[in-house]
Amino acid sequence: MSNENLIEVVNLKKYFNVGKNKILKAVDDVSFNIKKGETLGLVGESGCGKTTCGRTILGLYAATSGHVYYCGKDVHAMDFNEKIKFKKNAQIILQDPYASLDPRMTIGEIIGEGIDVHFKLTRIERQRRINELLDTVGLNQEHASRFPHELSGGQRQRVGIARALAVEPQFIVCDEPISALDVSIQAQIVNLLVRLQKEIGLTYLFISHDLSMVKHISDRVGVMYLGSMVELAPSFNIYQKPLHPYTKALISAIPIPDPKIEDERKRIKLEGEVPSPINPPEGCKFFKRCVQATDKCKNVSPQLKEVEKNHFVACHQC
Amino acid sequence: MDKILEVKDLNISFHTYAGEVKAVRGVSFDLNKGESLALVGESGCGKTVTAKSIVRLLKEPPAEIKEGSKIIFNGKEDVVKMSKKRLRSFRGEDVSMIFQDPMTSLNPTMTIGQQIMEALMIHKGMQKNEAKKETIKLLETVNIPNAEERINHYPHQLSGGMRQRVMIAMALSCNPKILIADEPTTALDVTIQAQIMDLLGELKNKFNTAIILITHDLGVVANFADKIQVMYAGEIVERGNREEIFYKSMHPYTWALLNSVPRLDTENKEQLYALRGTPPDLILPLKGCAFSSRCEYAMEICLERKPVETRLSNTHSLSCWLQHPDAPKVNRAEVLRGEMNE
Repeated sequence: MSNENLIEVVNLKKYFNVGKNKILKAVDDVSFNIKKGETLGLVGESGCGKTTCGRTILGLYAATSGHVYYCGKDVHAMDFNEKIKFKKNAQIILQDPYASLDPRMTIGEIIGEGIDVHFKLTRIERQRRINELLDTVGLNQEHASRFPHELSGGQRQRVGIARALAVEPQFIVCDEPISALDVSIQAQIVNLLVRLQKEIGLTYLFISHDLSMVKHISDRVGVMYLGSMVELAPSFNIYQKPLHPYTKALISAIPIPDPKIEDERKRIKLEGEVPSPINPPEGCKFFKRCVQATDKCKNVSPQLKEVEKNHFVACHQC
Repeated sequence: MDKILEVKDLNISFHTYAGEVKAVRGVSFDLNKGESLALVGESGCGKTVTAKSIVRLLKEPPAEIKEGSKIIFNGKEDVVKMSKKRLRSFRGEDVSMIFQDPMTSLNPTMTIGQQIMEALMIHKGMQKNEAKKETIKLLETVNIPNAEERINHYPHQLSGGMRQRVMIAMALSCNPKILIADEPTTALDVTIQAQIMDLLGELKNKFNTAIILITHDLGVVANFADKIQVMYAGEIVERGNREEIFYKSMHPYTWALLNSVPRLDTENKEQLYALRGTPPDLILPLKGCAFSSRCEYAMEICLERKPVETRLSNTHSLSCWLQHPDAPKVNRAEVLRGEMNE
């Protein structure tokens, strides 16, 4: 990991117009950066805007306001040629390996599509490259002529990874890459992602609701709640001493596979559920469910501030 | 303790075009009154099929409960031999089930009030007014705020956690003796998962209902289940109480399950233990131990002969050749410290 920022996200906002003058604030003023070779984890409950955030960073959604810089260049203000170059460098691995592969294409075609767009290779070189990629992700060369429906979930996710790697990217957004898989297969995929990072020096934005997996793979973790980043810290810190009351509750809700610890643990119970991101409450978005809330929390929206070195939190009480 | 359910030598096959899939092979277990039992395993290991067969919810054909299988309810009735009429009252009154996906298991065209009242009116012969009052009471038991208003809502107006609460309320409406929960929290967020698991625990104590919990997440089981059964490829490979499975388990598959999830409370950045390969295809005839192709301790005999069940204590038993006196000794503590690398 170097000190150079690969991705800088500055005051990023993504609103969706859902009709009847209602606006859904999926990502609301989020700022962070990702260093070269780092894995940043993004966690939060469903509907907190983590996927939208990942997609807006890649330019798959146009940002409502704010900027995303890739190596100093604004992703949303690139011209055509720059955009092609950016898309070669930044890839995504999607959540559902059943829905994200074209059922009518063979695995070889799926992986080769990106190669055709970005590289000029001869047929033999292209085939060699595809075989090489299949090998990297732990599939056999004979898989190239198979169709997605012939593969298991874990194998499909490997194809998804090979497809992303085909264009030799530097940055990959992993959007819940393991949620649809079985526990033992999850471990295989995570080990593969870690190995690839070590070998090729990839940078990951790892989006997941599985906090223990995020802790395992990430260098730093950002916690999102209703479109805002509420805490951002090195992964060890965030689990050892979380500061934001939401992070605390989230972490205490994760079961630990050890009965003795589990029996002694005290859960912080969160009342109710995540409010709708359509017209979210003013002030602190966590206000209604927070045990420490005061009047200030109700009226003033807290900003992300550095309370310790590299440990940022958005809470008036911390 | 009284046995409420005894499953004996349960064998279930599915007849498909490709051949006979032996989804459940020789599963036996007991369930006592007010006890919670967890079935743990990967998808396709037969845990849902086992549970569904208890309520006879499998479509027969293609499913077939093989001859000799017994599911004895309350010490006298065999569910496998129940008449259609008896089954109708059996489901709901004696045993009820909640499913993984609360959206697809509720009727989208009926209000949640109607759906719960329906069960009460049919099973308990209640009048509409009476049923309505009871429904509101039930919704309050499962911690749904504004129950009086909520009964007029449709499923799409509720969040995932709320829908699962409605399912639980419906399942409990006739005070069943057994509640089967098939991955009740898999579709939910962790904070909601904690709420639902707490609720199930509360209800278990309050109504003395026996619960069969099906899950792939050993974490969820850790503070909930009295007994745990680990399933692999249609068989129970290890069973025991909480302590025995978490601290004294001896089956390599149980170790793999325990090892492949990263833990929040340790700072271990090492590689996760990942099992090689995938579970066996149950259409093909199995020789020897079903796990042998993925097991790194597999010996010659594992490929040849099926292991016999070894009893380690009254509650703890497993099927593995490593328990044979002549087998090499594997140090469990070393394995579980994460030294099982690829």
